[in-house]
Amino acid sequence: MRLRLAALLAAVLGIFILLPSASASAETTPTPSPSAGGAAPQQNPIVEGANITVTLKDLNEGKGEPKPIPGVTLTVLKDSKTGEELGSQVTDQSGRVSIGIPGNGTYVVELDPKTLPSGVKLSGAGATTKTVQVKLASSNFVTFPVGARVIEKASKASEIVDGTRDGLKTGLLIALAALGLSLIFGTTGLTNFAHGELITLGAILTYIFNRGVGLPVIFAGVLAVLASALFGYLQDRGLWRPLRRRGTGLIAMMIVSIGLALLMRSIFQYGFGGSTRTLSEYVTQPRNSYGPIDLSNKEIAIFAVSIIAITVTCVALMRTRLGKAMRAVSDNPALSASSGMRVDGVISSVWILGTALTGLAGVLLAVQQQVNFNMGFNLLLLVFAGVTLGGLGTIWGALVGSLIIGLMVELGPVFGVPASIKEVGALVVLILILLVRPQGILGKAQRIG
Amino acid sequence: MDFGTIIDAAFSAAFGPQAIVFALAAIGLNVHFGYTGLLNFGQAGFMSVAAFGLAVTVVTWDLPFWLGLIVGMFAAIVLALVLGVPTLRLRADYLAIVTIASAEILRLCFGAVEFKDTFGGSNGLTGFVRPYQKLNPYNDGLTLGVVSFSRSDLWSITVGWTLVAICCLIVWALMRSPWGRVLKSIREDEDAVRSLGKNVFAYKMQALVLGGVFGGIAGIFHILKQGSSVPTDFNTTFTFYAYAALLIGGAARVLGPVVGSMIFWFLIAGIGSFFSEATKGADPVIPNWIMQPDQASLIRLILLGLGLMLLMIFRPQGIFGDRREIAIDGR
Repeated sequence: MRLRLAALLAAVLGIFILLPSASASAETTPTPSPSAGGAAPQQNPIVEGANITVTLKDLNEGKGEPKPIPGVTLTVLKDSKTGEELGSQVTDQSGRVSIGIPGNGTYVVELDPKTLPSGVKLSGAGATTKTVQVKLASSNFVTFPVGARVIEKASKASEIVDGTRDGLKTGLLIALAALGLSLIFGTTGLTNFAHGELITLGAILTYIFNRGVGLPVIFAGVLAVLASALFGYLQDRGLWRPLRRRGTGLIAMMIVSIGLALLMRSIFQYGFGGSTRTLSEYVTQPRNSYGPIDLSNKEIAIFAVSIIAITVTCVALMRTRLGKAMRAVSDNPALSASSGMRVDGVISSVWILGTALTGLAGVLLAVQQQVNFNMGFNLLLLVFAGVTLGGLGTIWGALVGSLIIGLMVELGPVFGVPASIKEVGALVVLILILLVRPQGILGKAQRIG
Repeated sequence: MDFGTIIDAAFSAAFGPQAIVFALAAIGLNVHFGYTGLLNFGQAGFMSVAAFGLAVTVVTWDLPFWLGLIVGMFAAIVLALVLGVPTLRLRADYLAIVTIASAEILRLCFGAVEFKDTFGGSNGLTGFVRPYQKLNPYNDGLTLGVVSFSRSDLWSITVGWTLVAICCLIVWALMRSPWGRVLKSIREDEDAVRSLGKNVFAYKMQALVLGGVFGGIAGIFHILKQGSSVPTDFNTTFTFYAYAALLIGGAARVLGPVVGSMIFWFLIAGIGSFFSEATKGADPVIPNWIMQPDQASLIRLILLGLGLMLLMIFRPQGIFGDRREIAIDGR
């Protein structure tokens, strides 16, 4: 065999606990060979109950389809490399071994490099052992050597937990933007199609303050939120207030916002370029386990910041004088004006608050993912969906609707929605909700047609 | 800097197939928005179902071309019915959000890896266009001064402008009929029409279907003129550009969308070509520190956004329209 530096993948340790029916029944030729043998067995059935399953595949430096590697011995040990041996198996024709384990705990999977076919090497550092934390309902796939692709075989339960985590995170980010959109819609009646660009603005400003000016990400984020708020104020004073004075219709304003969205997006692309870029810190972080949930530090920060921001906003809207004024204007601008409120001043504050929240969503999105001129526009429809689902113009509705949309998007793939179009499920729900309850989940059942 | 290239680009875009696609789509939007006051932001969705209806019938199912045309138009009608039932009783902004969402759903589904066998994934479908090209009677391209069209463009232009003329004729005839007057009165005051005993929902639905059919024709013509059906062509910005074209010409006017899309493409192609010429070469007219060649194509989009805003603020009726006839105050 030619000696080639093959990137050997190891792959996947899918852990199946308490969900044996998911896979165990499909096997037809059970030839369990728990001890090491010479020739590769025809097929290793996935062990019922708790188990560790590894699929070895030769990536062949990325050329062609990964080929399974049969005949490699893998051993599972309890706790550490020198611990109790729980079982050893030779990979079958599909490159798979499946070894039963007693339950939760720490396991070490060891690969015997001597049994690798000649010419195939482990890629990266060539580590032959991997430690696996097994606990209920968490994804436990491990790449064996570095640089190899992972074929994930997490259990259904862990997929649901991970999906819920991602869904809540996405939902909270959408909620921040949706709260801004909903406030602005409530007080001015404007369906703002340029709202997605306000998200992008927050992200790009963070990038500029971080990479351009050289500030730490946290300061850059704070500055970006402040700058977003300032932009919101200027936008209202410079554009929307004069339009309201002119008596421009709401649909005309909607189309103006489309023009503004095109303008801003093109300017972003002009200045920022079409590429996707990263901030200087917190780009990749490993996830730590907290019970069944895996979270990275930045995810915890995103959860905390968004929950605090939303809570503070909601409390302020409910309790403070300005918050009450905002809700009053949102309810009936004419009546508010006639009872002595400065409606224009309140609308200005709404724009400041709304764009600050939306900018914050952009900052957190930049930390969570990367920065791109198109990122807000891609999220815009989900924000609309969240707001409409909860009920246009209602504050709690925007919150609830956004969380539902976030969960729909991230949990959809677990329940069979093709992963590449996971947004579709959320948008379909939006249309269905409008069919049966057009005012949204929390909207008042008033005439809307 | 070569002004001949710029003029060629601007004029061949204004009379070429691209302007025809937008004219057809904008005629549909004119029926929706201009005459009936329906804020359809999902015209790209109508285009995509019709386009993929044709492409899937011919390529994936291996059925005759004429059947594909029927399937495509039928798909556009079905989409209009499906969208109309939940949304036509709702406020205008709801219709806007639902139509834009549906168009995105369709685009994402057509481009999904999972449905690659049917819709061809992100590369789309090709190989349905031969019956259309076989009918091409021209032997050569045409050159008029600096403006030139290739042989296949010439055929598309012939077919396309004929279609535009027929569609305009249909709209003109319908809008001066009693049926069209009901549509216009729905735009002006829905409750008044209802109080006169008209079934507003049914009229709106008929308008949605008619405009959707024009959108479908636009979609089918689009994939015929370029020979492939690619999902990303039917994105949201397409609808927005079609709106811009309609508003330039003037909504609620028969020729508004046609003139609008010609002007739209004249400006878009002309400005694009101007800036790409101005940044080209070793010693460009606009120095490189202001504008790189790859940024040149963005200037036209910046100007388009700005232009759309200014147009809507200062002259919402466009060139031909009447300000009192534009449904921009309601909600």
